[in-house]
Formats: sequence, C-alpha cells, structure tokens
Amino acid sequence: MASKQPENSLLGPEADSQRTLYPYVTGTSVVALKYKDGILMAADMGGSYGSTLRYKSVERMKPIGKHSLLGASGEISDFQEILHYLDELILYDNMWDDGNSLGPKEVHNYLTRVMYNRRNKFNPLWNSLVLGGVKNGQKYLGTVSMIGVNFEDNHVATGFGNHLARPILRQEWHENLSFEDGVRLLEKCMRVLLYRDRSAINKLQIAKITEEGMTISQPYSLKTYWEFSAFANPAQGAVGSW
Amino acid sequence: MDLNMNVNAPHSMGTTIIGVTYNGGVVLGADSRTSTGMYVANRASEKITQLTDNVYVCRSGSAADSQLVSDYVRYFLHQHTIQLGQPATVKVAANLIRLLSYNNKNMLQTGLIVGGWDKYEGGKIYGIPLGGTLVEQPFTIGGSGSSYLYGFFDQAWKEGMTKDEAEQLVVKAVSLAIARDGASGGVVRTVIINSEGVTRNFYPGDKLQLWHDELEPQNSLLDILNAPSPEPMNI
Repeated sequence: MASKQPENSLLGPEADSQRTLYPYVTGTSVVALKYKDGILMAADMGGSYGSTLRYKSVERMKPIGKHSLLGASGEISDFQEILHYLDELILYDNMWDDGNSLGPKEVHNYLTRVMYNRRNKFNPLWNSLVLGGVKNGQKYLGTVSMIGVNFEDNHVATGFGNHLARPILRQEWHENLSFEDGVRLLEKCMRVLLYRDRSAINKLQIAKITEEGMTISQPYSLKTYWEFSAFANPAQGAVGSW
Repeated sequence: MDLNMNVNAPHSMGTTIIGVTYNGGVVLGADSRTSTGMYVANRASEKITQLTDNVYVCRSGSAADSQLVSDYVRYFLHQHTIQLGQPATVKVAANLIRLLSYNNKNMLQTGLIVGGWDKYEGGKIYGIPLGGTLVEQPFTIGGSGSSYLYGFFDQAWKEGMTKDEAEQLVVKAVSLAIARDGASGGVVRTVIINSEGVTRNFYPGDKLQLWHDELEPQNSLLDILNAPSPEPMNI
C-alpha cells in the first residue's frame, strides 16, 4: 500500500513520522456506572470497518493491574497500543515490589497525560477511554477523550452513549444500586444503542470490578422488540411514506 | 471525532433492497433502517412502496428523493390507468421511474427496483440505478447492503423457483446483509405480487436466522448468571 507520508523532504524530521488521519477499525460506545460494590461497564464486541460490521468478537474492555478496568471506543489498533503502554506501566510499578499498586485514579491520570501529549503533537490516539476501579473501598470512574478532555462522574459513556445512554442514566441512576439493578440499567442503555446506533452489534459483555477483583461476562445478545402495531404497516395512513 | 455527530445529515436509506422473479410473479424485499449520519432515524421504515395495485417499488439512497420520485410516478400512473381503462403494466411504471431518474440525474441520488405483475408479461423486475439506466432482470439487488450479496446470489439464485423458495431466498439475503452492513437493519419486509394479488410480510429482527458470530438473544445477563448448573455426569 502506498505510504501516506508527504513527498516533500523539506519537511525534515516530520516526514518520517506517521500520524493517524482517520480511524480504520473502530469500536462504538462504552457505558459505565458506579454501583454499591464498585463499577459496572458495558461495551459491545463490534469492530467496524467504515460501514461494514467486519469483526464481531472484539473485546473492548480489559483489566489493568489489580484495581482497574479500561474500556475503549474508537480505533482498535490505538487501543491495543494503549494496552501495551499500560502493561509496561504496571510492570514497572510491580518491579518496585513495595507493596503499593497503581489505583484507578493514577492510571486515569497517566492515560490523560498520554492522550493530551499525543494531541499536542497532532498525532492523537483515536480513542475515547473509560477507566473504572475500586481501591481501598474508594470507587472511581473517569473518562478521557482523544483530545485529552478528562473528568470523573457517577456514570460515563463514550460516543453515541453520551447522547442516548447518559439521559437514561441521569434519570435512573442512584447511589447504592444493587448489582442486578445496575446490570438491568446498563442493558436498558445498550438496547437503545442497539436500536439507534448504526455501528452497534448485538453481542455485548458486561464487566464488573469491586474491591475483590474484576470479572468480564461471557459474550451474550439482547432480545429486541419489534411488535409495535405501527411497525407492521407504517404506510397504512399515508401511502408512499415511511 | 467523538461528539461530532452530523444530526443535520440528509436522511439516507443506506439499505438492502432485492427484487426476484419466480414462476408466477415477483418477490420484493427490503430492510427497514433509515439513518441520519450514524443515527438511526427510523428503525421500522417501509421501503417497499405502492405505485399501483399490481406494481411496487423498492427505494434506496436519499429518502426524500426516492419518496418524491415514487409520489410523482404514482400520480402519473393513476392518470394513465384511467385513460387506458385497465391496470398499467410493470414496463410502463418502470419507464416512468426511468424518465424521472434520467432527466434529473444531476440532482437525484436514488436507486430503485420496480417489480410487479401484469397480464401481458407476468412477473417482471426492473432495476433503475443511479443515472437512470433501465435494466430488466430475473433478479436484482440494490442499496449499500447489496455489496455483501453478490457472491451469495451468484451461488444461490436458480431459475424457476416456487413462491416460497423465492421468498425464503429474499429473507435470507436481506438478513445476511443486515448482519454485515451498518447502514441496513431492523426488520425484513417482503411484498409478493402475482395474478392473485399482493401479500405483505414482516419478519422482525429477532425472528431471523442467526449467522456466524451471532448469539441467541437473552432477556438479561442475570438470567444467564442465575441459570441452573448443568447436571453432573455419570461415568
């Protein structure tokens, strides 16, 4: 494949560096919320290639160290690169062997610096990240975008999740949700995303992280509802309409 | 970029549309997704539109353009039927679509499939892609989802199918396209037209066959977690 680097060698050192101009294989929304025992996070398993739903078993949530859970949307290759950076970060932290381990707040801060620095070099990692975890009883849930915008909240989402899931969460989230209620709430959000986001697929995982540890569920699909009477014959009242 | 959604993007039916002849009539099929950029504006659209009692058209591309073209042609065909004194033929309907598509080619962005039954020629399918070419074919596919079906139809299409075989082929094909095309989705609608009349069918997403890498839908993860453990084996 022809290189996308500029031909003009007067650009000097810039001419050798590569930059992400646009994403190729992308993941869609990640949704997460704080509940009684920790954090619950959901993401579907799709890797889209433009408008083609090319890969259907992509794991977009991964554990980081003992205390954190990272979910990513956007370019999958950049997410894999971030996981590699975090591997090194956790490794070096372990090598100190001092009994301390990086918590979610620290990992989130590290990611924020990485994302913002890349943005300043006009070579962003094309991801929106969700970082959740529990350490010493303290629950933490934060997000970082590809331009370095970062914040924490009781519930966060990326991409379409911001527009479709956050309003639901603003209405129905409350302090001390049980595990069952948290899962049901996330599933409600994921179902809406499945109906209304073109790049969503019907296969998702829900991850849970508590003081005890983290688990990622097996992949599963949601039931969808199509039995509204208006759906059967939409053009009944107005032939030629949709 | 993340929060940069184009909510003012024109409503486009990235789509999968299919028209197939069988011995006795035609089967038209389509998905039901209309999108505005990446947002699904309508998940249960009706893309197979009536032109006359015996001729229907599958619409793809710009929602507005295809609706207007079909509205005009319905109007012309109505007058034509009155003047002629008998039902319009599929060929006339297709040619009216062609005239509008061809003469306004710089302004329109819509691909159409006209299908129907008349007493002279029986069941006929006409494809009218962008630009206004008219092509009569035993079957044709269109819309963004059709890219994923060329190989499938090359292998699966057979001359002289029965009505049920043809409809099953169409439902299977639209369902396969929905699995891979982000711009197609929702339910599968079919319209069968023959000498006896018109039958409309509706196959919701959860009633379709599962394909590779797809899973049986569940009510909730909680049902899976609370499912009883398998019985221990007896060796």
